[in-house]
Amino acid sequence: MAKTKTAILKNKKNKAGVTRGPLSGNSQAYLYILPWVIGFLSFQLYPFIASFVYSFTDFSILKPMTFVGLRNYIKMFTADRLFWPSLKATFLYVLIAVPGKLAFALFIAMVLNMKLKFINFFRTVYYLPSILGGSVAISILWRFLFSRQGTVNVLLKALGLPSVDWLGNPNLALGTMGLLVVWQFGSSMVLFLAGLKNIPTELYEAARVDGAGSIRSFFKITLPLLSPIIFFNLIMQTINAFKEFNAPYLITKGGPLNSTYLYGMMLYENAFSFLKMGYASAQSWVLFIIIMLFTALTFKTSPYWTYYDDGGDF
Amino acid sequence: MKTSKVKKTARLICSYIFLSILGIIMVYPLLWMFSASFKTNNEIFSSFSLIPRQIVKGSFAAGWKGSGQYSFGLYFSNTFLMVLPTVLLTIISSLLVAYGFARFKFRFKKVLFALVLASLMLPTEVIIIPRYMLFNSLSWLDSYLPFIVPAAFATYSFFIFMLVQYIRGIPRELDESAFIDGCSSFRILTRIIIPLCKPALISVAIFQFVWRWNDFLNPLIYISSVRKYPLSLALRMTLDVTDTIAWNQVMSMSVLSLVPPVLLFFFTQKYFVEGVATTGLKG
Repeated sequence: MAKTKTAILKNKKNKAGVTRGPLSGNSQAYLYILPWVIGFLSFQLYPFIASFVYSFTDFSILKPMTFVGLRNYIKMFTADRLFWPSLKATFLYVLIAVPGKLAFALFIAMVLNMKLKFINFFRTVYYLPSILGGSVAISILWRFLFSRQGTVNVLLKALGLPSVDWLGNPNLALGTMGLLVVWQFGSSMVLFLAGLKNIPTELYEAARVDGAGSIRSFFKITLPLLSPIIFFNLIMQTINAFKEFNAPYLITKGGPLNSTYLYGMMLYENAFSFLKMGYASAQSWVLFIIIMLFTALTFKTSPYWTYYDDGGDF
Repeated sequence: MKTSKVKKTARLICSYIFLSILGIIMVYPLLWMFSASFKTNNEIFSSFSLIPRQIVKGSFAAGWKGSGQYSFGLYFSNTFLMVLPTVLLTIISSLLVAYGFARFKFRFKKVLFALVLASLMLPTEVIIIPRYMLFNSLSWLDSYLPFIVPAAFATYSFFIFMLVQYIRGIPRELDESAFIDGCSSFRILTRIIIPLCKPALISVAIFQFVWRWNDFLNPLIYISSVRKYPLSLALRMTLDVTDTIAWNQVMSMSVLSLVPPVLLFFFTQKYFVEGVATTGLKG
């Protein structure tokens, strides 16, 4: 008992620290985070460094490792006829899918925020695709719905419209895959909806009194106040889109004419179909650097377009 | 005054119509898949109707039996064997680690937590080849250990972050008074933190369950024998194996594979939606 009392007293003295209170013992804390330390070192940090080392080698599960210097990178940038088309398709895919999903999610969130009834019902229905969208079953379904004789074309025909080769036309296939992403707008919508609920209605009333129209208040009130959430969504969704694997692998097999041969599929094929593991490691590092550059760019520019209540103490 | 009220009602009605049409478009593909399970191949390719002209019975039974050696019963139980331990261990390990970060002061805490956040942004694609080599040298390939062991060591850092955020919101005074009453830190965790964290823990369980259930890339890489296939691989196999595909069987098994996540979602959707909203993350 006396011991605990001195401990409490000691902690009281410690007030300047972040954590006051009873639980500031070092050794106990390390015990709690120990699982993560082990997991991080062995399943994250080690593979991270190893893949960097691998990227300068030529090896596979069947072949011993030989050091090849920068040859993998040089080959990728100059001699791989699939690399640049894949990179282009991936960027295009990100550009279609991410803004499409976020804009649609924001729009629906704003409609739902108009104090409607049954809001929970609509929210549930719209959220459902976000839960299922990543599954193989949905990829199969998408391939089916948008195939040449698929349901979408049957529907178009019934409406007297010409049928469209959604997945067979190199100009359309990527967009059709983008639609699958937009279909899963529900998760982002829920976030936006939570953000919209936090905007005080007085702001809109004041703006109306000052003569601002609804478009003006959208750009001057809604968008700035939601910008932190948009910012976060933008980063996470973009990273996800850059890594997309299921859609190209299961829906289009990368075709037609490699128009949907996304980066994630290229990586998988090089590593596990062609067993060029050193080369694939180099490609994975290029992907990593692209994602990091994008994230850094978003962070760097965010002070110009995101607004924080607390002055930006992120 | 009156005209504005009329205008408002009109706008409201338009909104409802719009939202309902959108809702139909959103769930139509899912309903169509269900109805296609009862259609003939011919009708699947020629009708967008949700009601089959001629109901084909037995596509579920035939699909369940599968075209190869194994039935979907095996693939279902495989998926549960892979997913449930992973989910359970994710919850336990992430909670312990999050508790350590949220409630203790220790050296290098800031650096270590920054590493947790950094690993959130680390794409799996970058580490998948060395992981494969590592699991190969440990002879873990073609088993569920590559899913279960990393979960035991809290490597799904998204959940650590989520729980840290949540625990920070629990008033510290509660811990302090428990401590004065003589509770050890572990007892504080079990008696105070866990009961108060329940919504967040349920969110972790749901997210991890759905993500692992749907996962395709990792099983594709780590699992090679058909006997150990989870549903995601089994479904893809049904597409590859047969030339003349009985589409209603493929559709019926696809529908069944979605049942567990959908049920989970409907029974826990309060937590689901709140979990996304409070952590402000992904989905």
